[in-house]
Amino acid sequence: MSGAIVRTEHTNSTAIRAAGVSRHYTMGESVIRAVDDVSVEVRAGEFVALLGSSGSGKSTLLNLIAGLDRPSSGAIYAHGRDLAQMTPMELAKHRSQTVGMVFQSFNLLPRMNLAENVELPLRLAEVDRRERAGRVRESLERVRLGARMHHRPSELSGGEQQRAAIARALVNRPTILLADEPTGNLDSRTGEEILNLIAEINQSLGMTVVMVTHERPLAERYAQRQIFLADGKLVEGNSVQ
Amino acid sequence: MKFVDLTELASRNLREALLRNTLTTLGIAVGVASLVAMLSLGVGLQELLSGRLQRTGLFDTVVVTSRRSFGDYGRPRKAEAAPEPIRPLDEAARKEIAGLANVLEVYPEIRFPAELQYQDAPRMMTVAGLPESARQREVFDGIKGAFFTAANADETILQIEFARDLEEEPLSLLGKELVLRYAERQPLASPTRAGAAPPDAEGAANWGFSVVPREVRLRIVGIVETEPGSGFGGFGRSRVFIPLQLAQKLSSVQFGDLRQAMRTSATPEYLNLSVRVNSAGKVPAVQESIKKLGFQTYSLHDVAKSLRLAFAVLDSFLGAFGSLALAVASMGIVNTLVMAILERRREIGILKALGAADRDVKQLFFAEAGVMGLLGGVLGVGMGWAIGRIINFGINIYLKRQELPPQTIWSVPWWLVVSAIGFALLVSLVAGLYPASRAAKLDPVQALRYE
Repeated sequence: MSGAIVRTEHTNSTAIRAAGVSRHYTMGESVIRAVDDVSVEVRAGEFVALLGSSGSGKSTLLNLIAGLDRPSSGAIYAHGRDLAQMTPMELAKHRSQTVGMVFQSFNLLPRMNLAENVELPLRLAEVDRRERAGRVRESLERVRLGARMHHRPSELSGGEQQRAAIARALVNRPTILLADEPTGNLDSRTGEEILNLIAEINQSLGMTVVMVTHERPLAERYAQRQIFLADGKLVEGNSVQ
Repeated sequence: MKFVDLTELASRNLREALLRNTLTTLGIAVGVASLVAMLSLGVGLQELLSGRLQRTGLFDTVVVTSRRSFGDYGRPRKAEAAPEPIRPLDEAARKEIAGLANVLEVYPEIRFPAELQYQDAPRMMTVAGLPESARQREVFDGIKGAFFTAANADETILQIEFARDLEEEPLSLLGKELVLRYAERQPLASPTRAGAAPPDAEGAANWGFSVVPREVRLRIVGIVETEPGSGFGGFGRSRVFIPLQLAQKLSSVQFGDLRQAMRTSATPEYLNLSVRVNSAGKVPAVQESIKKLGFQTYSLHDVAKSLRLAFAVLDSFLGAFGSLALAVASMGIVNTLVMAILERRREIGILKALGAADRDVKQLFFAEAGVMGLLGGVLGVGMGWAIGRIINFGINIYLKRQELPPQTIWSVPWWLVVSAIGFALLVSLVAGLYPASRAAKLDPVQALRYE
């Protein structure tokens, strides 16, 4: 195993396809339609921004794509496989192998150093021990944190923490990167730095990126396409190429 | 997740809330310690007692008598009561019994009245024969002097009370000689003297025997504190012992010989035979096969069985009390882990987002419970061992004050170590079941929601 991150070639195929997806929550008497009959398609290798105000359902849609949540109705296909039909084990495998996630609050485990944080998905995926160290190093070097492997998250700046989180999302070589407000906790300069990194990953690895954000200027600058959500519904005609 | 990764992550998590988890683990340890201490004393007491009883030779011995010896004595015998002819308990029978499986040795019990002369006045005494195997019995642990030098040596061992009768200072008797006067049995019909060994001419007519006074000089080789009961069902106490082979050779008139004189067969019969079995557990089987040969048997096996039962009850009581602390400790585990779930909600969410299945999360919490149980178990066994030792030490100080020999009333056999740790692990895992499944069911979306 060379350990190199292989560029994925899916340029013409569909990475993600949502078909009439809804996610409803019951809160006492009332039903909240967090995502309501959304159909959307993301091509492999595409960088898509999911935009909308808070409560528009963009994070819920991202969680559905991530396999952290299940739709109330409809289907979500990731590389042709319907997540709604998967068993819990298959869904866990989808989270482990197909997607990598980056969050607004980084979500690194504070008591583990960077190398251990990045190693976590490899442990969960039962990757051979001998192979892990190399992949952790490779992933951290890609986000230019090779020198800080043994630091704890609290010893790093916000931007560095988010870069470590990106390294963790990439370490299992997924085909889809899902980012939930990745710049929300960062100042604008650091935010741009992170988006540059994500764009670079999108370019160099051909990785499909779906990013939830409410900052339209950033989305316009980095994403190839923007999808707007309001009250759980797709806002028609606003899908800008 | 792989087992190594699970234990690694679990230990790591446990180190985080160090104080809480240490206290929980200590709780388990105290529970296990109380269990081990209780049981080690129970087991130790049992070992001490059964070891002593074992070495009295009472529990591995079967006494065999002829069917007519007991029971029907003094009663008219009914013809139909004994459909088959009664087998004599003779040398042939002895050899047959000695050939049975698990039988170590078969020896007759010989006790006879005799007169002992030491310096001045003669004393009447019952003299008993001791088999070679009696050497191992516990009563000879504290022997002054030594056991017989040979199986048929002209030597004697005295019980200390009797020795005191003879000399103010009993130990000064060692090496001295006394004269044993006894009544020898001489068959009338036989031209040669028949010793204890059976005559070859079987079925020869019995002409009775004459009684001739004899004497033999015996060297005093040992003095024992208590009487070494050479079996049971004997005739009262005896305080003078000679080697069994010597006793047989002397062919002294025994208590039961009158009966022999009235019988028609010349084959000498034993009044009873003691059968030593290689383990107390085999006694019933041996008893059964001897019964099939047509003899009556008696053993203390049933007594030993109820003794074991009594100890089983005692041990389970001790175990139950010991387990009580462990039960309390198991609630500590539940509490600690449920607390951990509340604290680590977000972490569980992250793990799931990174690809953990419900099963992984469950196993992780399970492993944490297991690690606490294992550590607590190991620690607890050590503590229990120490507590048992201290109690034993204390009791021995007391025994010493009472001028009693020191005893080990505490024993931690390997099975107790293994099962105590295993039990601690099991209890912890059961305690971990609920928190683990609760953690596994946590909704990752909820868990990851910003607080």
